[in-house]
Amino acid sequence: MATTSSTATRPAFAARLWQSRIDYLFLVPGMLIFGMFILYPLFASQYFSLLRWSGFDANQTFIGLANYAELLTDKYFWDAFGRSFLFTSSTVPIQMLVSLVFAIILNDKLLRLSALFRTLIFLPVVTPVAVIGIVMSIILSPFNGPINLAMLDLQLLARPLDFLGDPKLVLWTLAAIYVWKWVGVTMVYWLAALQTVPAELYEAARLDGVKSWQMTLFVVLPMIMPFAIVIALISAISALNVFPLVQAMTQGGPYFASEVMEVYIFRNAFATAGAIPRLGYASAAGVFFGASIMGLTILQILAVRHLRNREKTNGR
Amino acid sequence: MAAEAVEGIRQPLVTPRVRRWLVSAGLAAVCCIWIYPLLWMVSASLKSNAMIFANEGLVPSQPTFENYVKAWNQANIGAYFFNTLFVTVGSVAIVTISTAMMGYVLGRRRFPGRGLIFALIIFTIFVPQGYTIIPVFDLLTRLGIGQSLWGVMLATSGGSFVIFVLLFAGYFSQMPNELEEAAKMDGVGFVKTFWYVMLPLSRPIIVTVVVMQTLYAWNDFLLPLVVTLANPAIRTLSVGVYAFKGENFVDWGGMTAASTITILPVVILFLFLQRYFIDGLAGAVKG
Repeated sequence: MATTSSTATRPAFAARLWQSRIDYLFLVPGMLIFGMFILYPLFASQYFSLLRWSGFDANQTFIGLANYAELLTDKYFWDAFGRSFLFTSSTVPIQMLVSLVFAIILNDKLLRLSALFRTLIFLPVVTPVAVIGIVMSIILSPFNGPINLAMLDLQLLARPLDFLGDPKLVLWTLAAIYVWKWVGVTMVYWLAALQTVPAELYEAARLDGVKSWQMTLFVVLPMIMPFAIVIALISAISALNVFPLVQAMTQGGPYFASEVMEVYIFRNAFATAGAIPRLGYASAAGVFFGASIMGLTILQILAVRHLRNREKTNGR
Repeated sequence: MAAEAVEGIRQPLVTPRVRRWLVSAGLAAVCCIWIYPLLWMVSASLKSNAMIFANEGLVPSQPTFENYVKAWNQANIGAYFFNTLFVTVGSVAIVTISTAMMGYVLGRRRFPGRGLIFALIIFTIFVPQGYTIIPVFDLLTRLGIGQSLWGVMLATSGGSFVIFVLLFAGYFSQMPNELEEAAKMDGVGFVKTFWYVMLPLSRPIIVTVVVMQTLYAWNDFLLPLVVTLANPAIRTLSVGVYAFKGENFVDWGGMTAASTITILPVVILFLFLQRYFIDGLAGAVKG
């Protein structure tokens, strides 16, 4: 009965399209932006990666998979590739942990000045990376930079450290600055997650004489864990877009020691320092990198789903 | 009985009140270290170049505004400021309107192709900027805006587009159906329902999108850097400050003054909107 009546009232496909014409009209501005700056580049990159192409006004020659073949043997590419993932896998856990601690402390509504503290922790987020690049390179300077002076005064160091000039240190310095800059955003995500814990629960725990650290560890944390996966995913994706910070601070140097994937792409495509720009080759690097990230993301989502399903079947 | 039981609980050594005071004091110390680089920047911008490394502490003994005058006039920071303002305001307007419309339709309406658009959106959510910069610049060049602020404005709109659409779609889909039905009963059309009923109700998301896009546009670096490589006059603040560093590498006072000018507007905007912003984002994460 129900099915026959629904097929009978369901108009033909063309009629349905015409019926939703106003919906499509609403989609036009959004789809223009989405198509031009997100969808088109996604597919154009794949085509460009098959070209020999030295500059935006130069001729394009189709060379098949030669760019990819060359990439696979390029040491600088693999170094940058690995560095991007190393950077992400080292910053994300620290960033999540530090921001979680801040969020748990600041979630206490009775805490004095908690709004002010929140704002102060958020300040680096609203500071443009170009500015951070300048200020940090002065502050961390081995020549009378305040950090080195303070550490020398406190006898923590015998010699000043060249935080941004030492190939062994530079990536970790950048990672620390990155975490400092973005902890504020992750903290807001955690604060949002903490708001889902009902206030009665805290009250009940207090009346039962449960200590607040016990409450946090055994009740609150397990409750907000589902959010952790989403937050980790968002943080990981942002950490792969580290170009502005690295370009503003070190431009990938010294001796390529901080060259992450996007800096590598930028160097090959735009900042070639006299050499011929290689747009096709840089595109191939971008496609390879993007595909790897998407592959990892899909794996992560599948793993999460698998875990959730297992939890469900176990729970029932 | 109950009162006795409560009194019977041993009073802890540190009462919650005292404990909160201690936590606040600890946090205050952490926050001071946390924003030390920014305090140092403001302090240095008020000192002469000779005094910056004189190790005299954060409060300048002979404050001067000379650096600001110099940065504004000589380093073109004034022009860069208005370039950035143009790009930011334009892209915020474009993004807010287009994502709200798209999110509304995707969140509340059923039409052929809806699933496909959703699939495309989810598929592109994790595409890094390094992947898209070459085709985007190529496209802008072909459109004749590869060397103009209009190009930066348009392409910047694509930055966090997908996330904003999902925010709006999620928010609109949770609204009760009665609103639209009531509007329909009163003979209000689709466009008017959207404009006068739905859009005002989505204020938390609008504020979130405005703040996030402002932050994104004001911070954006790769795209404006590429677009302005050949045309310094249209640099944005981020690129301008970066170039200033390359050109005047010993003028610390000028650099820090330019930096302070760059962050001031976004900090002020954030201070005014932060309550809405955090609540809006909180609602979005929950959804």
